[in-house]
Amino acid sequence: MHELAIAAALVESVAASAQAAGAARVTRVFLKLGALSGVSKEALLFCYDVATRDTLLEGSQLVIEDVPVTIYCERCRAEAILSGIQGLRCPRCGELSSRLLHGKELEIAGIEIDVIEEAEGER
Amino acid sequence: MTTRYLEIRQGVLSKNDRLAADLRARFAQAGVFVMNVVSSPGAGKTALLERVLRELRAAGWRVAAVVGDLQTDNDARRLARSGALVSQITTDGMCHLEVDLVTDKLAGWDLNALDFLFIENVGNLVCPTWYDLGEDVRAVLLSVAEGEDKPLKYPVMFHSSDIAVITKMDLAEACECDLTAMRENILSVQPAIRIFETSAKTGAGVPVLIEFILQQRAAKLASTSVPPTA
Repeated sequence: MHELAIAAALVESVAASAQAAGAARVTRVFLKLGALSGVSKEALLFCYDVATRDTLLEGSQLVIEDVPVTIYCERCRAEAILSGIQGLRCPRCGELSSRLLHGKELEIAGIEIDVIEEAEGER
Repeated sequence: MTTRYLEIRQGVLSKNDRLAADLRARFAQAGVFVMNVVSSPGAGKTALLERVLRELRAAGWRVAAVVGDLQTDNDARRLARSGALVSQITTDGMCHLEVDLVTDKLAGWDLNALDFLFIENVGNLVCPTWYDLGEDVRAVLLSVAEGEDKPLKYPVMFHSSDIAVITKMDLAEACECDLTAMRENILSVQPAIRIFETSAKTGAGVPVLIEFILQQRAAKLASTSVPPTA
C-alpha cells in the first residue's frame, strides 16, 4: 500500500504551502495523476482521508485529474494519446516511441484555501 | 474568511526529489558512480552484486554497497564477504528505500574514498519506483524464472529504469524462458532501455555489465570535472 506513503507526502507538502500562504484550512487539493505514475486513484483517495486527519487538510476534497500517456511518434511526426500503458507504441503506425510527453505526473496542480482576512486598518 | 486558489505545480514527492538532488551533487563532487538496483524478491540482486563487487575490487576499484531489507542483515553479510564496505538498512516493514535513509546511512562515510556505490533496494517492483536515491543509473533485474510478461505487469518500474538485467541466464533453458519475448516486453514499456543478460553463478555476461558501469563512471567524471581554463 504505497499510496499511504504518497498520501502522507502529499499532505506534508500541501500543509507547508497552505501554512506559508496563511491558510486557516485547505478545502480542495487538485492533483494530476498520470496513467504511468503507478499510483492507484482509488487507493490514494482511500488513504487521503486517513492522511489528512488532524491537519489543515482535514475534511478537504482531493480532486484528481487523470492524465493519459501521450507519446510523440517520430515516424508520424505527431503526438498520440495511448489508451493503456503496456506498450509505448504509436496507435497509428505501431512504432515504439521513447519520447513520453505526458503520463508520469504525480503533481499537485494547486490548492483551494480559506484565508482569514486581515482586519481593517492593520498593515 | 475568503476562499482562494493557490497554484502549486509541484511534484508530490518533491521533498524526496530535492534531497536526492543534494545527494546526487555530493556523489558527483566525490566522483562516486551510484547504481540503484531494484527487482522483485528473489530475482538475484544480491548474487549479482556479490559477483560485481568482487570483480570490481579485484580490478582495484574502491566499492561499497548499501542494502535495504525489511528484516535481517543477511544480504549485507553476503556482500561484505567481497571485502567491500557494506552497510545494511533495515526498513522494518517499509517496502522501499527513501533518500533520507540512504543519506543517514552514509553520514560517517568518506565518499571521496569510493569509486562505486551500489544501493540494493528492497525487493519490490512497485514501491521503489518513485523514490530517487540520487543514483546515476537505475538497474531493474528480472530473472529468467519470472515469466516473460513481467515488464507488462509492472510497466512503471521498467519504464523508470535505465538498464534491465536479465539474471539467472544459466537457468534459461530449464525455465523455458522465451528470451525474445522477454526482451520485446521490456522494450515495449521502455524503448530507450539497455538490456544485459547475466549469470551470477557462471559469471557469463557479467564482464559486459561491468564494462558498461566503468564506461558510465568515466563519462560521469568527464562531464562533471571542471574543464581546464585556456
